[in-house]
Amino acid sequence: MVSTTDTTHSGDHDADTQDHVASDHIDDHHHHEAPYGISRWLLTTNHKDIGTLYLWFAFIMFLVGGAMAMVIRAELFQPGLQIVEPNFFNQMTTVHGLIMVFGAVMPAFTGLANWMIPLMIGAPDMALPRMNNWSFWILPFAFLILLSSLFMEGGGPAFGWTFYAPLSTTYSSDSTALFVFSVHIMGISSIMGAINVIVTIFNMRAPGMTYMKMPLFVWTWLITAFLLIAVMPVLAAAVTMVLTDKFFGTSFFDAAGGGDPVLFQHIFWFFGHPEVYIMILPAFGIISQIVPTFSRKKLFGYASMVYATGAIALLSFIVWGHHMFTTGMPVEYEIFFMFATMLVSVPTGVKVFNWVATMWRGSISFEIPMMFAIAFIVLFTIGGLSGLMLAIVPADFQYHDTYFVVAHFHYVLVTGAIFSIMAAVYYWLPKWTGKMFDITLAKWHFWCSLVSVNVLFFPMHFVGLAGMPRRIPDYALQFADFNKWISVGGFAFGLSQLIFLALIIKACRHQGESVSSQVWDGAEGLEWEIPSPAPYHTFETPPIVR
Amino acid sequence: MQDNKHDDEVDKSAHAGVRTPLDHTKTVNKILLLVAGMFCFAFALVPLYDVFCKVTGINGKTNTEAAVYTATDIDETRTITVDFITRTNSGMPWEFTAQTRKIDVHPGQMNEVAFYVRNPTNRDIIAQAVPSVSPGTAALYLNKTECFCFQHQPLKAGEEALMPMVFYVDPQLPEDITFFTLQYTLYDITRTVDKDTVDVAMN
Amino acid sequence: MKFSSFISYMSVLLIVCLSFAAQAIDTGRSNLNMRPGVSGISNQVYDLHMLMFYVCIAIGVVVFTFMFYSMVVHRKSKGAKAANFHENLTVEVVWTIVPFVILIFMAVPAAYTLIDMEDVSKPDVTVLVTGSQWKWHYKYMDNDVEYFSVLATEQGQIRNQLTKTQNYLLEVDRPLVIPTGKKIRFLITSDDVIHSWWMPDFAIKKDANPGFINEAWTNVNSPGVYRGQCAELCGKDHGFMPIVVVAKEPAQYDAWVAEQEAIAQRARDEEQRLLSMNMSMDELMSQGEKVYGAVCAACHMPNGEGLPGVFPALKGSALALEDIPGHIRIIVEGSPGTSMASFAKQLTMSEIAAVVTYERNAWGNDTGDIVQAKDINAIMYGKE
Repeated sequence: MVSTTDTTHSGDHDADTQDHVASDHIDDHHHHEAPYGISRWLLTTNHKDIGTLYLWFAFIMFLVGGAMAMVIRAELFQPGLQIVEPNFFNQMTTVHGLIMVFGAVMPAFTGLANWMIPLMIGAPDMALPRMNNWSFWILPFAFLILLSSLFMEGGGPAFGWTFYAPLSTTYSSDSTALFVFSVHIMGISSIMGAINVIVTIFNMRAPGMTYMKMPLFVWTWLITAFLLIAVMPVLAAAVTMVLTDKFFGTSFFDAAGGGDPVLFQHIFWFFGHPEVYIMILPAFGIISQIVPTFSRKKLFGYASMVYATGAIALLSFIVWGHHMFTTGMPVEYEIFFMFATMLVSVPTGVKVFNWVATMWRGSISFEIPMMFAIAFIVLFTIGGLSGLMLAIVPADFQYHDTYFVVAHFHYVLVTGAIFSIMAAVYYWLPKWTGKMFDITLAKWHFWCSLVSVNVLFFPMHFVGLAGMPRRIPDYALQFADFNKWISVGGFAFGLSQLIFLALIIKACRHQGESVSSQVWDGAEGLEWEIPSPAPYHTFETPPIVR
Repeated sequence: MQDNKHDDEVDKSAHAGVRTPLDHTKTVNKILLLVAGMFCFAFALVPLYDVFCKVTGINGKTNTEAAVYTATDIDETRTITVDFITRTNSGMPWEFTAQTRKIDVHPGQMNEVAFYVRNPTNRDIIAQAVPSVSPGTAALYLNKTECFCFQHQPLKAGEEALMPMVFYVDPQLPEDITFFTLQYTLYDITRTVDKDTVDVAMN
Repeated sequence: MKFSSFISYMSVLLIVCLSFAAQAIDTGRSNLNMRPGVSGISNQVYDLHMLMFYVCIAIGVVVFTFMFYSMVVHRKSKGAKAANFHENLTVEVVWTIVPFVILIFMAVPAAYTLIDMEDVSKPDVTVLVTGSQWKWHYKYMDNDVEYFSVLATEQGQIRNQLTKTQNYLLEVDRPLVIPTGKKIRFLITSDDVIHSWWMPDFAIKKDANPGFINEAWTNVNSPGVYRGQCAELCGKDHGFMPIVVVAKEPAQYDAWVAEQEAIAQRARDEEQRLLSMNMSMDELMSQGEKVYGAVCAACHMPNGEGLPGVFPALKGSALALEDIPGHIRIIVEGSPGTSMASFAKQLTMSEIAAVVTYERNAWGNDTGDIVQAKDINAIMYGKE
């Protein structure tokens, strides 16, 4: 623990001097920290270890969820049923969604938060290290339970990641109980993670690190953490109601007992819409760190970035109805939700304009993180614009539940959230390992991903507009050509991630050239003032921020 | 949380040291309160939604309790057509038909219609009728002083019955609505009702 | 990274995307873009969609022009020195206000279209549309016509044993028929889970919620055959419940309705005639196999083994081997709280008799039981 190591050092040294911090690191290793082997990882309370665990877990889940996407794309390669049965296909789409949302994107952001927030605000660790350990270690069990349900009689959840009642209640298989249990655990894990982030940011900032000096990644995560606190309990309540409706005879969502299936959708999307911002706000933070570094220029409009993030978070609570335009909502509510949803594009637009303005008259260079960041800005904007189209209620009657929607949310979540995570990993990996990663592999990874992801998701707009519904295992003949291309793009994107895996493994073996503490020549911030690799303990004496 | 005073406190405590572990209990408790609050709020959405629907009629459900007829003027100038649709949910074997499939009414005027039900099976069944009105706003202005949907409807094997429904349309009904549809879906709730009575007996 | 290759890759990508998009607009081919459809509303929706599309393209072009210009000109490798500005109140206010104005410009026509969709005038024809796993049921409220509409594509085509025909997965045994030039009102509801009745050519997509009714309407301006699908995930065969609507001239429509009413009457007479007849085991088995394949096999599987944990097996099950009245009852009444629906409306009594006989004598269920239409009648109406 932090306090024990503190006693070994006198308080006089300056944390800003690198050699002192480095000696901390060596001392700790030799004297009283870090047991070796599995127990090091099981018992660790170190924010960097836990961050690493989160990131590896997210990556493994990304590959597992990706493998399910490969099954889906293989089945959809051509019309007809050839590889899997419809019931299994539905399980694949459901579990793919759940794993990517709760197993890949959210834990990856939590991992980045664990690693970087203490370094960025000059804190020695997260505020609640033991809870931090718990919040990670319950996560693998949640996903083991979810995955094991696939092997139960009757199969796993097959009702879509949105689990609309009554398909998930009266008409689901018994493994729904496992699904509910595993979502509860995921929720508890997320809430604990969010508590830790909030408490750390509130209480552990270095002297002089006022709120309006915090890096944007920290700001966006603070707001994300509040969103998590606000909506994960709502998800927990929703799955609880599904559980009692299915097994204990309540009728929250059953018309026969006075319930209403549409109520489920209100509750679910009250959680679900803030949830999608949970998956994109930290991405905004990451891009706001990277673009200034490689433009060698301060972020344009820092304050407006913070306010825009806050505005997006607040708006996320009043737009849930746009997922439900076809449920038979009265016209005045449709118009309200349409306007509210369109409003979201104002602060989001401000962000994009700010990034472009940051690049404007900068001194731009194109290192790997910057390439991912630029791809993010372009492709996320495409996803954002199709989102704007989806907000238009009459047009949404045509888009809703088609591949147009699938294209939209994969543009914002894959080329948005996931590209930002990759950008972040490339940006901070040299800081974590002390070595520059294999740039050739990284370039291969970037270009293969960029091209294939567009072959994968862009034609989905067309098949969606032409009338292909989502979540179907087989389709009419006029969609065949595009689906072939989509599948080819899917396989290529899947394979491209193996390059990433190889690169990460190489980096973890500490191969490559050593890097300076600043790593990138335009990088600014506390995390670049500590040595590379980042010592096991950092900022035990708080740095002074001016 | 963003005021400067608080900032100063935080800064001081950070200064004083990471040496003495900070006490985060207060902050954590506040957040936990928020978590518990949101969990309860989600459950509170259930009754809130019912209230909201009652006020706005967004889901087309009619009142589950009998309305009291307040003598109002009958608006002879307007004629509203009410369609009746009867459905039985799957697994519900009863015959269920509306004796009047369509009726023209004046707002404010009392009307009585009847529905025929028959249980053709050889077991006793308890039914619950669930009403739904389209367009949903019309549900707000449909006042039922008597309806079979207010109670469970038990029928013995082979029994048949006429179930009455007495209603009037509120003269406040928006001008643009000239017709609406009232659907009743019959559900077999024998099992759940039986279970309840068993529960009561056990208590 | 060499910058020139970065730019060239990016522009190749952009050109590919734009050419797809351009093709979508120019050719108007239905497998690239939304269809304008065949009603006034659907045309409005199409125009709205295209307006939104062009506005989004314009926004994208403006933003990316600035970005790419900056990427080309303000490069470190070209010796660009970073400027020192990091805020500008005027610019920031402008780019908050301008999008706001664009939004209003887009939202106003959308709101008007939406209000046009809320037409509450009296319809000429009302159809009650009921979704259930995995078929649609249509009931004409003003006529004595109602029927189920199920997928007509053969299993062989789905299983890749037969060549797929043109309307693969978009064909049904009995399409919905409506007159042109009349206001048609659809009342939409469901028997089990949530479905969604989607007809792209009418720009109608409305959820079918169990226990509740939703409304939609259209006025089709040209005769033809229009195809759509269920749009809300509704279980295993969600992808296999298409919607086909045939729009006919009013005179032809009236003739069709009269014909349907006659057919319904004949079917009732036939049903009465069959009640007094006994069919042979062979007849029952061959008809039963057909009915089973069309109606039951989706869940209980062609081999009667079901899907363990989801749909129970019939092969070797107590229900199909012992209790005949129980077996009939579950088909006629369904089983509340499960996926097993009532088939009393969808199948005739002789069809139920055949399928019960089939299930009791197929796949090694060799009970030798023969069930006749009058046995079904006895259970359904409690009379011999």
